[in-house]
Amino acid sequence: MATTTARPSSTRPPAGPAAAQRRGRPAKHRTDGIAGYLFLSPWLLGLLTITAVPMLMSLYLSFTNYDVLSDWESMEWVGLDNYRTMFTEDPSFWHAVQTTLMFALVATPLKLAAALGVAMLLNRPFSGAGLFRGLFYLPSLLGGSVALAIVWVNMFNRDGAFNSFLGWFGIEGKAWVNDPDFALGTLILLAVWQFGAPMVIFLAGLKQVPVELYEAASVDGASPWRKFFNITLPMLSPVIFFNLVLETINGFQGFTSAFVLSNGTGGPVDSTLMYTLHLYIKGWNEYQMGYASAMAWVFLLFIGLVTAVVFRTGRFWVHYSDGED
Amino acid sequence: MTLQRLARPLTLVLLSAVVLYPLVWMLGSSFKSQEEVLNNMAILPNVWTPGNYAAGWSNFDVSFGRFFVNSAVVAGLTVVANCVSCLLAAYAFARLKFKLRGFWFAIMIGTLLLPGHVLIVPQFVMFKTFGWVGGDWPYAPLIVPQLLATEAFFVFLMVQFMRGVPRELDEAAIIDGCTPFGVFRHVILPLSRPALVSTAIFSFIWTWNDFFRQLVYLSDLEKYTAPVALTLFIDSSGQSSVGPMFAMSVLSLAPVFLFFVAFQRLLVEGINTSGLKG
Repeated sequence: MATTTARPSSTRPPAGPAAAQRRGRPAKHRTDGIAGYLFLSPWLLGLLTITAVPMLMSLYLSFTNYDVLSDWESMEWVGLDNYRTMFTEDPSFWHAVQTTLMFALVATPLKLAAALGVAMLLNRPFSGAGLFRGLFYLPSLLGGSVALAIVWVNMFNRDGAFNSFLGWFGIEGKAWVNDPDFALGTLILLAVWQFGAPMVIFLAGLKQVPVELYEAASVDGASPWRKFFNITLPMLSPVIFFNLVLETINGFQGFTSAFVLSNGTGGPVDSTLMYTLHLYIKGWNEYQMGYASAMAWVFLLFIGLVTAVVFRTGRFWVHYSDGED
Repeated sequence: MTLQRLARPLTLVLLSAVVLYPLVWMLGSSFKSQEEVLNNMAILPNVWTPGNYAAGWSNFDVSFGRFFVNSAVVAGLTVVANCVSCLLAAYAFARLKFKLRGFWFAIMIGTLLLPGHVLIVPQFVMFKTFGWVGGDWPYAPLIVPQLLATEAFFVFLMVQFMRGVPRELDEAAIIDGCTPFGVFRHVILPLSRPALVSTAIFSFIWTWNDFFRQLVYLSDLEKYTAPVALTLFIDSSGQSSVGPMFAMSVLSLAPVFLFFVAFQRLLVEGINTSGLKG
């Protein structure tokens, strides 16, 4: 847990104002201590039993050949075998890594770019702004479901709506979802389609940018592009950072759409084998819980590493203005 | 000049069309006859027929109504569990003073970023050892974790909300002789209603849409929830089931859509409060 725990405390924007509040507080009742732990007890119990113990257990399992079906006695300690197999003897593991990286690294920037672009279009009061905002947000609520993934896959099938659209331009389409070169692309489009949630967060961020900055820039004769790069982007960088962390982590965890497209196999030819889907196949189709545990730990370390890198590089481009309220 | 003024609304309208197209197409296709669903890719059917809904409803040995009831049970219990457990934890974090509070809070924030898939293997093994997997009521593994406030997002959302409640109210209540429990009961609980409503709505939608955990824990057809049941349509890839598959997909998205229509503003603002700033 250490890797993911240590960093996030510096996700400061939310905690900042509250910390200031805390300082000026009068001393409190002594019963607070007992009451505090009483109120916290369900959470503490959950932390222990649902999070901490399973984490340690999975670390242990990752060094065994546990299969869930037979009883505990038949479980054997296999040392680093699971990890060795993963890195050297399971080509599908590397396909899964590649697919997941490809998915997250393409879908996240596209999604955030769409979110920011549309947020800027909506960031001016006009009648209907609220309507558009809600409308663009809707896919974020529906897009993660099995139902929508089913629709999406059918849209990009040979007889799907996408090909009939291409037909207007005289282009003959194909079954995109069955083509190893394009299957993942359709899933990326599905992810980008859900740009509404980060858009809403960008909109809130844009509202915080002082209008005076733009006015001053206009007086100085700055072009719209100049204003975008020299005012909007820097002022928005904490929000961009927040969205980037959130969406990258989400991206790495994509499962449902890949499961639906490939009917749980990760095909065609492993092209939609997301990491979590491979983990599912190993654990619940092949009953290799030890191996799946090892995969989970590699995943955790990887996500921790990515988060750390994002936070580290964030120092160079995230700009926190002092006057923030 | 007029062109420039028209550019923005025009872009927005075009974009709305792209965003809405899949949804309208899904709705239209669900009302197409079997022949049309395979041959007519137009967004709306030539002839509207509700046949797919009847066919989809009874496509499997177990009625689809059953799957919806199961989904509703899981989602409903999750909503209650999240609201109660996260509110208790949030009150402790936001208002009470106790040893190691900062430490626990940091851990809580850490679990926010902890991917759920990392824990699913050992949790499954654990619940299986308890004998909770399968059986007459296989939903315990889906609900018990929520009873223990493991959905850190909602704890965080409520903490952020409570920090906006003026402390003077607590202090006044304490002067009037309220214990921390009294403050919780008479000040925080009534004032946290907006945060509870957000939590309830998001809990419902996320649980309703959740697939991975339900797929892992449910193995008996009769106990399937709607998303798991929908994947059966993919297995039975026969062309005859495409229409019914669309119809059931529409039905399974309907509750989320209705929630969206009813609570649109609240949902959009819920994202903001939890996302940044209190």
